[in-house]
Amino acid sequence: MAYAMQQLINGVSLGMIYGLIAVGYTMVYGIIGMINFAHGDVFMIGAFLSLIAVLLLSMGGLMDGPAGILLVLLFSVAITGVYGWAIERIAYRPLRGSFRLAPLISAIGLSIVLQNFVQVSQGARVKPMETLVQGGIEVMREDGFVVQLAYTQILIIGVTLAVLAIFTVLVTRTPLGRAMRACEQDRKMASLLGIDTDRTISLTFVIGAALAAVAGTMYLLRYGVIDFYIGFLAGVKAFTAAVLGGIGSLPGAVLGGLLIGLIETFWSAYFSVQYKDVAAFSILVLTLVFLPTGLLGRQEVEKV
Amino acid sequence: MSAAALAPPRPAGRVQLALKDALIATAVAAILFVPMVALRTDVGTAGALALRYRWTDAAILCGLVFLGRLLLVLWTGRRGLQPTTSAGPWTRRLQQAGRFAAPAFLIVALLLPVIPGVDRYELDLGILVLTYVMLGWGLNIVVGLAGLLDLGYVAFYAVGAYSYALLAQYFGLSFWVCLPLAGILAAFWGILLGFPVLRLRGDYLAIVTLAFGEIIRVVLLNWVSLTGGPNGISGIPRPSFFGLSFSMSGGEGTFAGFFGLEPSSVHRVIFLYYLILALALLTNWVTIRLRRQPLGRAWEALREDEIACRALGINVTTTKLSAFALGAMFGGFAGAFFATRQAFISPESFTFIESAIILAIVVLGGLGSQIGVAIAALVLIGGTELFRDLQEWRMLVFGGAMVLIMVLRPRGLVGTRTPSIALGKRRAIDGNLVGEGHG
Repeated sequence: MAYAMQQLINGVSLGMIYGLIAVGYTMVYGIIGMINFAHGDVFMIGAFLSLIAVLLLSMGGLMDGPAGILLVLLFSVAITGVYGWAIERIAYRPLRGSFRLAPLISAIGLSIVLQNFVQVSQGARVKPMETLVQGGIEVMREDGFVVQLAYTQILIIGVTLAVLAIFTVLVTRTPLGRAMRACEQDRKMASLLGIDTDRTISLTFVIGAALAAVAGTMYLLRYGVIDFYIGFLAGVKAFTAAVLGGIGSLPGAVLGGLLIGLIETFWSAYFSVQYKDVAAFSILVLTLVFLPTGLLGRQEVEKV
Repeated sequence: MSAAALAPPRPAGRVQLALKDALIATAVAAILFVPMVALRTDVGTAGALALRYRWTDAAILCGLVFLGRLLLVLWTGRRGLQPTTSAGPWTRRLQQAGRFAAPAFLIVALLLPVIPGVDRYELDLGILVLTYVMLGWGLNIVVGLAGLLDLGYVAFYAVGAYSYALLAQYFGLSFWVCLPLAGILAAFWGILLGFPVLRLRGDYLAIVTLAFGEIIRVVLLNWVSLTGGPNGISGIPRPSFFGLSFSMSGGEGTFAGFFGLEPSSVHRVIFLYYLILALALLTNWVTIRLRRQPLGRAWEALREDEIACRALGINVTTTKLSAFALGAMFGGFAGAFFATRQAFISPESFTFIESAIILAIVVLGGLGSQIGVAIAALVLIGGTELFRDLQEWRMLVFGGAMVLIMVLRPRGLVGTRTPSIALGKRRAIDGNLVGEGHG
């Protein structure tokens, strides 16, 4: 019981990270209908930028307490946002309105570029960071097994919920959110009605990158070890989460992320660590075979 | 009010606009590069991470961005580079030469081993390029003809390679027995994986095939008792030439001994080269023939419009499955060849990036265009080989080339397609008119 409880906590905090990345996938997919394959690598860039920020701040002696973490988060979010903007501008905008596979290949190429850019500029070796936030709260104790809720996990869950709340308000209550939803429904009509669709799409990429940067910072704080390759698997899992929840649906992305995180954690805890990815992907295949639009996705109407 | 204030503002000169644009681009580049390039995180002597400064590198990069953007804007005006599918002046000339391109390529490919100056290195490179040409042609059946987006093609390559390696290791079967078996097994896997995904379309199909590719790789990696896990399988037997081995002893029953030649390791390389050339040409031939037959026409119809296909009574299930199976079969052949050529395989050779490269070859060449796939494989694989000295920059150049080619020519290097059947003269049609399928 206590063991399952601990896994539940771990699964939820991992799932939150996946959910944050998945939101970026699902937003971009909803608005321009393409898989942004480079999104996982944007997450990786976010993690690297927060690592750099941590080192910079600790040299300046500012890396103390919550203020330091907030600064790291802001630094990473701001610069990763610029990365998101530049990626859209360079690789996707010229292909707007082109055929479907072109942006996908461009995205795969960009993913290779980003990975190797970081490999060249930051080195191929893994970067182990000292733990910044230590300790946790003891939730319960049973037969000598202590269930611990680490402070980093509280941080992950808290920050994710806060970011998602801000994000939900942004999408549902602000003019930008309205423009985004309009573009999602019908881009041509939206532009006829005076919405600057190019700007809206750019901002969607910036927001998606910012959320990925939050996920990257949380990943760094929780796991402490990053390298240039972490983006691929995290990206695939997050995309799986987005598809599982029903692509295009924002609550679905978070739900899918939580499910993938939980499945992965429980599978590693009770069956085998090696096959945890197989478990996550098998669930994806099964869901799609029986629920082709995902858990919260809309049924697509086929027009002739 | 003075007259000067009333005069309309002088339109900013072209150079001024270009300068402004380049400065903005440089500012963005500075934001991107200063933290990532100028501040390098290194594990210091104490084991803790420390920053190392490289301001010059970042400054050089920003300068390059400034110059590049300035020249680009001065050259093309503010609209920048536009994607195009229509033929420019040079492509039109290339098209006229295109009638001779395919035979010319074929002749060069056939004569490569006897061309003076071609050494072992060039032959090895030729084998590598031809392997990717074959994989590209195999995937072209699935993606280019049937319009099913498959991101896990490398799974079938892996099935073929491991089929041969395991059959040779456990049952001592020879390459020539295993080659068809590897193809058949891969085709079975294609059908097996194809069944559940038949209901899916477009990107769902893409992500599920990607997931299958990863599942197969993870299983190969972790089923240590059968596959050797991350250590892979080594000592895979080499193929023989009608029972004659390529050993260096030069005695009875070896290739060199039978033909009275000086034993040389190049013989085997030449043999492997012709083997993969034959396999690739077989793939090409089967594809071209099938395109004219009902099955191939059904694939292309499926790509253009699935609903119309259903309405016309085409069995969508068997059509999709046959495309999956045939594409997988050629992937399996290529895998068996890869295993025998390397004599060593491990799951590392079958990562997602391989699938991405093969798909990139198909799309960059032009979906459905056989010659385009061959050219793209030559450019991408041969081209990156040229940049071998750049070491870790190689893949950076590779990815950048992928983005650049797509941005400039989204329908691939070869912008036209040949219709499978035509009334009267067979004219080339624009690539834009060809559907891409929705899975």
